[in-house]
Amino acid sequence: MILVNYNKILMFQFNGKHYEGYEGDTLASALLRENVKVVGRSFKYHRPRGIFGSGSEEPNALIKLEGSNTHEPNRRATSIKLYDGLKANSQNYIGNVKFDILALNDFIHPFISAGFYYKTFMWPKSFWEKVYEPIIRRAAGLGTLSTEPDPDRYDKGYLHCELLIIGSGPAGLKMALDASRNGKKVILVDEDFIMGGQLLSNEIEINGSSSLQWVEQTLSELRNSSNVRIMTRTSVYGVYDHGIYGALETVTDEIERPGARQILWRIYANKSVLASGATERPIAFPNNDRPGVMLASAVQTYNKRFDVKCGDNISLFTNNSGANLSKMSNLIDTRDGLHIVNVHGRNQIKSITLNSGKKINSDCLAVSGGWNPNLQLTCHKRGRPKWNEKLSCFIPDNSNLPNNMHVIGSANGSFSTQSVFNDVSDLTKQLGYRITEKIKTEDNPLNLKPFWFVKSKKRSWVDFQNDVTVKDITLAHQEGFSSVEHVKRYTTLGMATDQGKTSNVIGLAVLADATNKTIPETGTTIFRPPYTPVSIGAFAGAHKGKHFKPIRLTPSHEFASEIGATFVDTGYWKRAQWFSHDKDVTWRDSVDREVLMTRNSVGICDVSTLGKIDVQGKDAGKFLNKIYINTFSTLKVGKCRYGLMLREDGIAMDDGTSARLSETHYIMTTTTAKAGSVYSHLEFCRQVLFPNMDVHIISTTDQWAQFSIAGPNARNLLSKIIDPSFNISNETFPYMACAEITICSGVRARIFRLSFSGELAYEISVPSRYGDALIRKLISAGKEYSVTMYGTEALGVMRIEKGHAAGNELDGRNTPTNLGLNGLMAKKKDYIGKTLSSREKLSGNKTMVGFLSVNPSEKLTSGSHFMNIDDKILPENDQGHMSSVAYSPILERYIGIGFLKNGKDRYDETLKAIDFLQNNHVEVKVVSPHFIDPNGDRLRA
Amino acid sequence: MIINHPLLGPRDSSEFTYRGDAVLLNRPDPKSESLLNDYYEYQYIRNNTHGFMKELWFHEQGDRSWLVVTRNTLTHEIIKVELASEYKRENK
Repeated sequence: MILVNYNKILMFQFNGKHYEGYEGDTLASALLRENVKVVGRSFKYHRPRGIFGSGSEEPNALIKLEGSNTHEPNRRATSIKLYDGLKANSQNYIGNVKFDILALNDFIHPFISAGFYYKTFMWPKSFWEKVYEPIIRRAAGLGTLSTEPDPDRYDKGYLHCELLIIGSGPAGLKMALDASRNGKKVILVDEDFIMGGQLLSNEIEINGSSSLQWVEQTLSELRNSSNVRIMTRTSVYGVYDHGIYGALETVTDEIERPGARQILWRIYANKSVLASGATERPIAFPNNDRPGVMLASAVQTYNKRFDVKCGDNISLFTNNSGANLSKMSNLIDTRDGLHIVNVHGRNQIKSITLNSGKKINSDCLAVSGGWNPNLQLTCHKRGRPKWNEKLSCFIPDNSNLPNNMHVIGSANGSFSTQSVFNDVSDLTKQLGYRITEKIKTEDNPLNLKPFWFVKSKKRSWVDFQNDVTVKDITLAHQEGFSSVEHVKRYTTLGMATDQGKTSNVIGLAVLADATNKTIPETGTTIFRPPYTPVSIGAFAGAHKGKHFKPIRLTPSHEFASEIGATFVDTGYWKRAQWFSHDKDVTWRDSVDREVLMTRNSVGICDVSTLGKIDVQGKDAGKFLNKIYINTFSTLKVGKCRYGLMLREDGIAMDDGTSARLSETHYIMTTTTAKAGSVYSHLEFCRQVLFPNMDVHIISTTDQWAQFSIAGPNARNLLSKIIDPSFNISNETFPYMACAEITICSGVRARIFRLSFSGELAYEISVPSRYGDALIRKLISAGKEYSVTMYGTEALGVMRIEKGHAAGNELDGRNTPTNLGLNGLMAKKKDYIGKTLSSREKLSGNKTMVGFLSVNPSEKLTSGSHFMNIDDKILPENDQGHMSSVAYSPILERYIGIGFLKNGKDRYDETLKAIDFLQNNHVEVKVVSPHFIDPNGDRLRA
Repeated sequence: MIINHPLLGPRDSSEFTYRGDAVLLNRPDPKSESLLNDYYEYQYIRNNTHGFMKELWFHEQGDRSWLVVTRNTLTHEIIKVELASEYKRENK
């Protein structure tokens, strides 16, 4: 097994300098091989920092990964797989990473201890926004966003398995092997790009062969098992309900490359095995954050796995027997009564001073304060770990693990390799699997005597990433923050992107010492997802830009595009807003023309987007009686009726017409916007409220293309395409009639004599596949009448001229009384919303009326609020608001509708319409909302 | 979460929309003498349940069934899933 391939050289740049690394390197191992010591600056004090760890626990080596136009901030150098052409930069400094101007903060540290924001920047108040905050924002924080759109692709995927194994050290590999040999469907994941975990870094004998040989052999069997899926570079970041796991696969670190960069997996697993290992923790001592101070396990990993020496003269500071470096180091063991009182050297350690007074020259200091099981995922369902006194660490509490999760190996506190394999055998038995192979390997128990921090007047770091020192925690305690949750928030301990992987337990130990309590009495903070950072891009996946939501096209879309339509998004639909002609200068020219041509002759609008719900059954009429405020069971076959439906709280929900095609068959229409929610509401009423009614419903919105044909020549035009056996004269087919007919020699169609514009109008629907042919046929047949297409703007103008309520009026605040539709409310039957709409104060006294500007040349704006002409412009003098306005080309002035206190009694009164948003204050006159044809002569013509 | 649909088997909760407490099944009798008060309670008054609760879920991205789901609000454990229409007929 080749871990570093010296035959494959990879060129990379760091802070503008060129370096070489090899296939198998991480950015961190390559930098260490090239002897780069300072890789970044700390968060608050801007102290120089070097690489500290070797995996996702890394608190220091946060870098910016560069693309050609964008970059990704806050990436851990230890988790970036080196690639050819990689470009990275340090972050969080001004000037030079070795000489950072903001390092001044390090000298003023007595003034910027924990909570200094809260104490220092309080006065004068006006300084906060303009002076303090911009300076703090500039100086604090980790990396910065590029602000350019993320150029890369992210994807999502779903996987199912019987057993999800998280971690591929000895525990995970052996578990996968046993489960695989038992024929189970297994997914094995590891965040590293090579499987093997600690076996890659430690030479151990397993059943007589070397650990690397065993890893290679095991992996080769697993790779050849069709029931095992092996996923490297995949971090399980969250555990969710009912066996659902979130995992992020990093396909590549490269920015701006083809294919998906990361994949967000949702894994459904019957059972999971957490074999995530343990993370070494440091000891806090003065200046322990200097470059060259590293975790002992990291020094070991760089040495064995990456063939990189972290120093020529390595010292080991430890409180336990676990660190495997004794042969190559000066040993400082707290169990011998020794500890470190200071570290010398700024950008690179040079020497250390012990409590004995002895000074040791050293260029690398490996630190081991014991091991913390990686049990974060056991806490995502609110489980709490328990303290193990002997191991001096938290271990998972088996009584409150997430459902069907098992923890084995050092994640479970089993620190000798033999005990790891024993955990696997125990679990294999427990799950009822056959044990396929017994393992014999080293079984040295961990000997550890707790030693957390050196007491000193100097600063000793606990949380490297957020610059939290022992002093900050004791200060927080002195100031009254003794609960661990408060200390965490006051000092920001463990709240950085590393989620305190190396710092949490030491922080607890410092607090326990300050409060004279034990660590279990002090508590533990709860771990929440994500275990490792997940980029927002991965959560978005492919759902960005035009793929953010589906696009629905109307049946006439192609035709509309050909004749110059401008489209508007209404929900998922693209609707034609207006149709531009060559002579049109502004959109208003197009809209005015469409209105005038329709009112003077005939116009056509695609209304297929309106919701169409087919309601059938013996009780269909009875059902609609419950839905609408007015009665539908009495509607005659072959007729339509306008209906208004309420929410149960009495507020108007939606309106539309329903047509009765037979005794047991109605077709309901809804507004475009509410088509989905009305259908859900109808299903709710049918299944939850009235399950004994014999009625069935289905949405047919997409199945029918529907066009409104409006204007004095509508009947003439329609007569040209309907088959001769049908008669649509005013006598046989009056206003509000409906029928099933055929058109164009036998095409099935439905025709409704409905009008939203106030003109003589019909709506005709055909199966969607005929929609395009029908619109082309209507336009060519209508040439002799100068037929026009009209868009949603003209539709809006004509409905305001006619005084029909629409979305702006059905805004979730108005009752039938407000809308002037209380006459529709049936007295004798029950319907949804009947009782609660009767509450007097719900409606108040506002009613819908119309408005004209007193000076016809003045523009109205919707959203204006009305004030009495002599009142001051104050919120308490508000008389109502303008909900919709339009320029009426027929009246040649602006018109509006809105809601006004006692509106119906105030016709001809003059008011002020105030609009501070659009800075438009206009005097208006109150009028009837029916600006055109108030008696309906035109629509009944 | 996974909801074990009585007709379709286990489905991811993302296929559903949530409507809250299943007390909505008990729409007051329109002939009741205390009509306004009955509807006020029906519309606005809810228990903040700590433990098992009957809830309405709508399989909006599926077969459009309304379901009564008995779920523990503390642990998200689901012990029963029924079709709302059948539940209502049986519990009349």
